[in-house]
Amino acid sequence: MASPSTPVDLAAAMVTTAPALADWLVILPTALMILSGAALMMIRKSVRLHAVIAIAALALLVLIDALLLWQVSSNGPVTMTMGGWLPPFGISFTADMFGAVMALVSALAALSAAVYSLRDIDTSGLRHGFFAFLLLLMAGVSGAFLTGDIFNLYVWFEVLLISSFGLLILGSEPKQIEGALKYAILNLIGTTLFLITVGYLYAIFGTLNMADIARKAGALRGVTENAPPLMTLSALFVLAFCMKAAAFPVNFWLPASYHTPRITVSALFGGLLTKVGIYALIRVTIMLLPVEREAISLVIAASAVLTMILGALGALAQNDLRRMVGYVVIVGIGNMLAGVAIGSSTSVSGAILYALHSIVTMTALYLVIGEAGRLAGTFELSRLGGLWRRAPWFSAASLALMLAAAGLPPLSGLWPKVMLLKASLDIGAWWLAAAILVSAFLVTLTLARTFLLAYWRPAPGGESEAVAATDWHSTLPIGLLAALTVFFGIYPEPLLAISQAAADGLADPSAYIRSVFPEGAAP
Amino acid sequence: MEILFVGLIGLFFAAAVYLMLSKFTIRILLGIVLLGNGVNLLLFTAGRITREVPPIIPADASTLGSVAANPLPQALILTAIVISFSFFAFLLVLTWRAFEELGTDSTDEMRLAEPRDEPLPPTGY
Repeated sequence: MASPSTPVDLAAAMVTTAPALADWLVILPTALMILSGAALMMIRKSVRLHAVIAIAALALLVLIDALLLWQVSSNGPVTMTMGGWLPPFGISFTADMFGAVMALVSALAALSAAVYSLRDIDTSGLRHGFFAFLLLLMAGVSGAFLTGDIFNLYVWFEVLLISSFGLLILGSEPKQIEGALKYAILNLIGTTLFLITVGYLYAIFGTLNMADIARKAGALRGVTENAPPLMTLSALFVLAFCMKAAAFPVNFWLPASYHTPRITVSALFGGLLTKVGIYALIRVTIMLLPVEREAISLVIAASAVLTMILGALGALAQNDLRRMVGYVVIVGIGNMLAGVAIGSSTSVSGAILYALHSIVTMTALYLVIGEAGRLAGTFELSRLGGLWRRAPWFSAASLALMLAAAGLPPLSGLWPKVMLLKASLDIGAWWLAAAILVSAFLVTLTLARTFLLAYWRPAPGGESEAVAATDWHSTLPIGLLAALTVFFGIYPEPLLAISQAAADGLADPSAYIRSVFPEGAAP
Repeated sequence: MEILFVGLIGLFFAAAVYLMLSKFTIRILLGIVLLGNGVNLLLFTAGRITREVPPIIPADASTLGSVAANPLPQALILTAIVISFSFFAFLLVLTWRAFEELGTDSTDEMRLAEPRDEPLPPTGY
C-alpha cells in the first residue's frame, strides 16, 4: 500500500474524539436486543434458557431506557453517529424526550407481556423462537424510536415487521395463516409506500438525517420558482404511516389479524406496533414538515373522526372479546390522529400522552381478556360470566383497566382526552371534540357491558367444572400495568411534564439539531 | 435516458396496482414484486443515470458534481432489494400454506378469522 500523497484531514469527515460514555445509552437498547435475540436463536433447542435470558434482557432494557430518559431530560437530546462519520454522512441515532419516553414505556409493556407469556406460550412456541422474535421485535421498536435517520427508520420498520410475522404465525393454525396473510400484504404495501417517499425526500433534500432535513426545510419552503414538491412528501408520509397505525380507511388488516395469534402476541401488537406508526407520523409531520401538515390537516381530521367512530361502533358489535379489544385499539389511534390534525402544542402533547397511555392499557387489556378467557374457557361474551366471584382481585384490576381505556376519571385515560378536547375546542373544531366524546361514550358502553356480562352476571349454565386459578404469571404483569394507569391517573404531573417537553422539542427542534450538529443550527 | 426510465417505472406501478386490486393472492404477490422493483428503479433513476464517471469529489470541492451518479441511492436500493426479496420469500411460503390450509386462493373466501355468520353480542342481561 502506498502512503497517500497528500495529508488527509480526518477531522473534516470524521469524529476524532471518543464519544462520551452517556452517548452509548442511545445505541445500547437496540444493540442489547439484537445481541440477545441472536443468542436465543443460537440456543434454539434449549428452551428452558429462553425465558430467563429474554426476561433478564428486557429488564435490562427497561433500566437502560430509564437511564436514557433521565439523561435526555437532564441534558437534552443525545446523539451518536455510526462509524465515527460526521453527520449527515454517518447514520445518526438521536434520542430526544419523545423517543426516549416511548422507548421506556414500550420496554415496560414488552417486559410485562414476556412475564405473561411464561404460561401462554407452550414448548412448541418456544422451539419456534417466540422469545427470539420478541427480542428482535423490541430491537425494531427501540430502533424506530431512537433513530435520527429516516432511511434507518424504514429499516427498523422492516425489522419489526418481519419479527411480527414470525410471532403472528406461531402455532400455524389456519386462522392465523389467514390473518397473517392479510396483515403481511397490507403492511408490506405500507412500508413500500414509505420507501418511495424516502426516495423522493432524498431527491429533494439531498440528505436523510432528520436533523439535517429539519434545518433545510425552512430554506426549501422559501424557494418559489420550481418549488420542491414538499406537499407530495407530506401526503405520502401521512398515507404510509396511517397504514402502519391502522387509521381509517386503511385499517382493515388490524381487525382481520390481531385476534388470531396467542394472546401475548396480540398484547404486544396492540400495545406497540400501531404506536410506532403514530410515532413516525408525529415525528415526520410535526417536526419535519409542519407547514405541509397544516395544509392537509382537514384530511387527517376527517380520517381521525371516522377512525374513532367506526372503531367504537365495531367494538360495540363484537361478541368475541379479542376482536372487541382490536377495535378499541383503533379508537385510540383515531384520538391520536386528532391530536396530529390539530397540531397545536396542547394537542401534540395530548397525542403523545395518549400514545403512552395506550401502550400500557392496550397491552394490559389484551392480557386481561386473555386471562378472562383462560379462566372461563371461552372468549365469547354470550358464554362468559361469573368471573367476579372466582377472582375478585383480578376483576378489580380488569375494571380499572377497562375504565382507563374508556377514558374515565380517575385513571390515566382521562388526561390525554381532556387535552385533546381542549385543543380542538381552542381552534373551534367542535365536531372533532364531539367525535372524541361520542367515541369515548361508545367505548365506555362496550367495556361496561363486557364487565357486566363477563364478570358480574353468574356464569350461564352454572359454574364450570374446570376451575383454572390465577397465578403470578398473570397477576404480576396485569397488576403492574393496572397500578401504572391508576398512579398516573391520580398523579399525572410527571407524565404531563414529559409529554409537554416532548411536544415542545418537536415544535422547536433546535435542541435536536444542535445535538446532531453542535456547530450550529444553520446549514 | 431518464425519460425512458420514468415511463418504465410508470408502467411497473400501473401493472402493480392493477395486479394488487385482484382478489387472488398469487396475483397480489406478483403485484407486490412489481411494486418493489418499480420502487427500486425509481430510487435508481432519482440518483442520476450516467455512465463511466466514478463518483469522486475533486480536491477543490466538497460535494459531488452533477456529472457522476449519486452512489447513495444505489446503496439504498441494495438494502431495499435484500429486504423485499426476503419478504417476498416469506409471503410466497405463507401464500402456499394458506392455499394448503384454506383450500382457496381467493381472499373473498378467506373468512375463517372473520366468519360471516358470527353471532351478535347478547343484548340483555
